[in-house]
Amino acid sequence: MTRSVWKGPFVDGYILKKAEKTRASGRNEVIKIWSRRSTILPHFVGLTFGVHNGQKHIPVSVSEDMVGHKFGEFAPTRTFPGHGGDKKAVKK
Amino acid sequence: MARIAGVNIPTQKRVVIALQYIHGIGPKFAEKICTGVGIPAERRVSQLTDAEVLQIREAIDRDYMVEGDLRREVSQNIKRLMDLGCYRGLRHRKGLPVRGQRTHTNARTRKGPAKPIAGKKKA
Repeated sequence: MTRSVWKGPFVDGYILKKAEKTRASGRNEVIKIWSRRSTILPHFVGLTFGVHNGQKHIPVSVSEDMVGHKFGEFAPTRTFPGHGGDKKAVKK
Repeated sequence: MARIAGVNIPTQKRVVIALQYIHGIGPKFAEKICTGVGIPAERRVSQLTDAEVLQIREAIDRDYMVEGDLRREVSQNIKRLMDLGCYRGLRHRKGLPVRGQRTHTNARTRKGPAKPIAGKKKA
């Protein structure tokens, strides 16, 4: 079910504040966020976010195509170690 | 011979059915096109006049995305997801179900035929 348009996109408030702050300071540093459920808004484009995956913050530099997706989509929470003892090098 | 939207040449069948041989046209759109052009349901493709064929062709060109264009759009959408590095893209890359289905069992449509695991024996 698609979200109602009249509600607007969902974003946790603190992200807006943090994004504005980094924008104002001019330095392009990683903004650590835990809110994987927030939508990526058009004015986040160009910033780098550290999206929490439950363990650490995965750096995600937001591009134009990502607008409309959620932050969580870009920080996988599971690592698949591969089957058996065949290849140990297959790790990301 | 009726040639509509590129390569499709379905004859001898009812128009509503024959139109569904075109990629991108299912029961709903076929019905819509037929009522739009004003073709009775029992009419066969071979009984269509040239003018009617032309009308159908125009209707499809105007209102629907079919065949090559549609396929291209779909594969472009998938490619976009893959290049983006988002979860859905990763699933497409790995050839696993994209929408959260279970993969412990089933998921054979995406995974293909079952592969035997070496060294696994019956008890």
